[in-house]
Amino acid sequence: MNKHPLDGIRIVDFTWAWAGPYATLMLALLGAEIIKVESARRPDHTRLRSLMSGPTAGSPNSSTVFNDMNLNKLSVTLDLTKPKAIEIIKRLVKTADVVTQNMRPGVMDRLGLGYEALREVKPDIIMLSSSALGATGPERTHVGYAPTFSSISGLAYASGYPDGPPSTLSGAIDTRVATTSAFIILAALNYHQRTGKGQHIDLSSAEAISCLAGDVLMDYTMNRRIVERMGNRDQSMAPHNCYPCRDEGRWVTIAVATEDEWHSLCQVMGNPGWARDSRFSDALSRWQNQVELDNFISEWTRQHTEYEVTEALQKAGVAATPTLSGEMVAKDPYIQQRDIFCEIEHPEFGKRLVVRPPWMFSATPTKTPQSAPLLGQHNQYVLGELLGMTQEEINQLTEEQVVY
Amino acid sequence: MSDSALAGVKVIEYCDMVSGPYCAKLMADLGAEVIKIEKPGTGDEARRRGPFLNDIPHPERSGLFLYLNTSKLGITLNPGTPTGKKIFTGLVKDAHILIEDTTPGTMEQLGLGYEDLKKINPSLIMTSITPYGQTGPYRGYKAYHLNTYHMSGQAYFSYSIPASVKEGQAIKPPVRGGGYVGDYDAGLSAAVATMAALYQQGLSGIGQHIDVSKEDALISLDRVDIGTFANDPEAGSRRHGMLGGLVPCKDGYVVITAPQQHQWEALVKLMGNPEWALGEKTKDEFARSENAPELQPLIEEWMRQHTREEIYHQGQSFSCPIGPVNSAADVWDSPQYQERKFFVEIDHPEAGKLSYPSTSYKLSESPWQASRAAPLLGEHNEEIYCQRLGYTRDDLVRMKAAGVI
Repeated sequence: MNKHPLDGIRIVDFTWAWAGPYATLMLALLGAEIIKVESARRPDHTRLRSLMSGPTAGSPNSSTVFNDMNLNKLSVTLDLTKPKAIEIIKRLVKTADVVTQNMRPGVMDRLGLGYEALREVKPDIIMLSSSALGATGPERTHVGYAPTFSSISGLAYASGYPDGPPSTLSGAIDTRVATTSAFIILAALNYHQRTGKGQHIDLSSAEAISCLAGDVLMDYTMNRRIVERMGNRDQSMAPHNCYPCRDEGRWVTIAVATEDEWHSLCQVMGNPGWARDSRFSDALSRWQNQVELDNFISEWTRQHTEYEVTEALQKAGVAATPTLSGEMVAKDPYIQQRDIFCEIEHPEFGKRLVVRPPWMFSATPTKTPQSAPLLGQHNQYVLGELLGMTQEEINQLTEEQVVY
Repeated sequence: MSDSALAGVKVIEYCDMVSGPYCAKLMADLGAEVIKIEKPGTGDEARRRGPFLNDIPHPERSGLFLYLNTSKLGITLNPGTPTGKKIFTGLVKDAHILIEDTTPGTMEQLGLGYEDLKKINPSLIMTSITPYGQTGPYRGYKAYHLNTYHMSGQAYFSYSIPASVKEGQAIKPPVRGGGYVGDYDAGLSAAVATMAALYQQGLSGIGQHIDVSKEDALISLDRVDIGTFANDPEAGSRRHGMLGGLVPCKDGYVVITAPQQHQWEALVKLMGNPEWALGEKTKDEFARSENAPELQPLIEEWMRQHTREEIYHQGQSFSCPIGPVNSAADVWDSPQYQERKFFVEIDHPEAGKLSYPSTSYKLSESPWQASRAAPLLGEHNEEIYCQRLGYTRDDLVRMKAAGVI
């Protein structure tokens, strides 16, 4: 049996949507046991809808979005409005290392599951509370999703074409918040390993995205300059763009940083006459005349496929890659040879390909992905096996809709 | 003693630009001791990238470099020289973690590959961050942020249909995320893996090599969308999705995400309960999704008559998930960010006192802290080489002349 990095860690997980669940998904794939607390009253809403594709038809167990964000987790259903459920959760937290939640600040406290209450039952518990804007400050009760975070953070403003709208980017905004959460939970676990101390972590999703735009914000703090949208262009590199290829709707991405790279690019293009024009004689003039430069390069790229351009330029040491859509990514040789997808078997929708964990560990590998839990699939394990309840007790709780 | 989360953790960073340095910064700001190794003479490539203080290019005044290298010690070293190699292995022998971002094969050529280094330090965690990983068809490919970002599919996934893409057919190419966001992503992802390995190292002493591909990191972030295409190649790039999204308003843009019934009702209340928003066409999520093409212009018409501030605060007071598209200036001016002290002042010998973005997490026991400004090029050569490794100042002069440091 291979060891996984986080074997033996247990996390009681109240998060829903994307930003919370992807954090615990990463920790699950690293070996932690994730017990996801939901109820029929309050299922993770990705069981029901997605911002991209709209509402899900069918049962709460048939959402592929939910599946892809909750692999390898366990599900217990407890109605948090019932006092008995709160008591059961406290017993469960006693056995856990970490609690995660992304409700609006104050909600867990009102439920009797705030950090202070949980610390009473488990003094060294690590608790992550992730919210839209953090648990303090005048906007602490504000709510949002991925596009809200990217908009407030300053990143959306700086993304997009100069003559077009900003881009709020994709659901990857949520998963960026999640990656930040996973990192800080792991740092707290390392601190706990060394000192025996737990703690509370208050995370602002908007701030998490602002941190990924550090240089954009620094231009303002240093120079009071607002970085405007620049499409695919760069502050100093040129050529630096997506260029049209032979087939319609296909693009190749070329970026040149040094004189060597520029000369190699010219050589691969067959040293055309225009490349010796004084408008393109050094990095500064190329940057200043990049509209014309891009037009010339496009004339060349239009004669080839994106893979032909990529191969020729990479051979010459120039950074070029195809610009891929989701559909094209799924077909790219990279995906095949790096085994990006693995197949899981789901009780409702059968076989499905899911993206594997993004890291390769040489000694303690990540776990093999398995399907997300059905709603309440692990009630028996959690209540019976972990908490030692009898079947009679579980039946009683089910009847009272505490287990629900 | 220090209450930092990672106090006592020793990290060697041998990286340029954004991904590797951000990975190490995350650890340094939590108290890990990070020794950053830079190329003698020129240093980290980020030193030559803007934004520069007052727009004057200077290797010690790049905002990008200053931000990404807080709390680190900096030395110059060329591990390609025999003495440099010896010093490198000496540093690694004593470290918990080595983070490096050289092209696959480079470290092996230097005799500093994982197999070499684990002989010196069996519990070493070596994290290698590269555009396309240590294996696979593109392992040797050169790539900048633009390239990796566009290869991940991310530019095609967006809640708001960008002007560049209409009905699945691109007229202008899709556009990358702003700044270096995709490179930060790889650093963050690498930090997760490295922290997990550190936890295991603390328990069992196990060391290992971690292969982090920027491409894998980006693909994993958009796992739902990529997964959709892997399972259904016919899936369209664009679906109706929900009402709202990115909408122009009187003085910029706002973004609306109100799929759930109570959120939709809050949005309707914000707009003053217009008649068109109350009928059959909006009765539930399915109806709204179906009638989005007809309803969307009506929402936009209302938003155009109101400012970002009005829409944001009034909307949020009704619990409608709505936000303003903030410029860097708006972020700086945000009362919320100010109250949480998101920007912190750090003094640097060359760049002076500047405000830096800090962090998104507030830890109750082991708080985040930028313990020092980014190092000057070779700032800690004497401290590391003389005080720790026992070289004399004369040795330093000779090592410099020989291009070792």
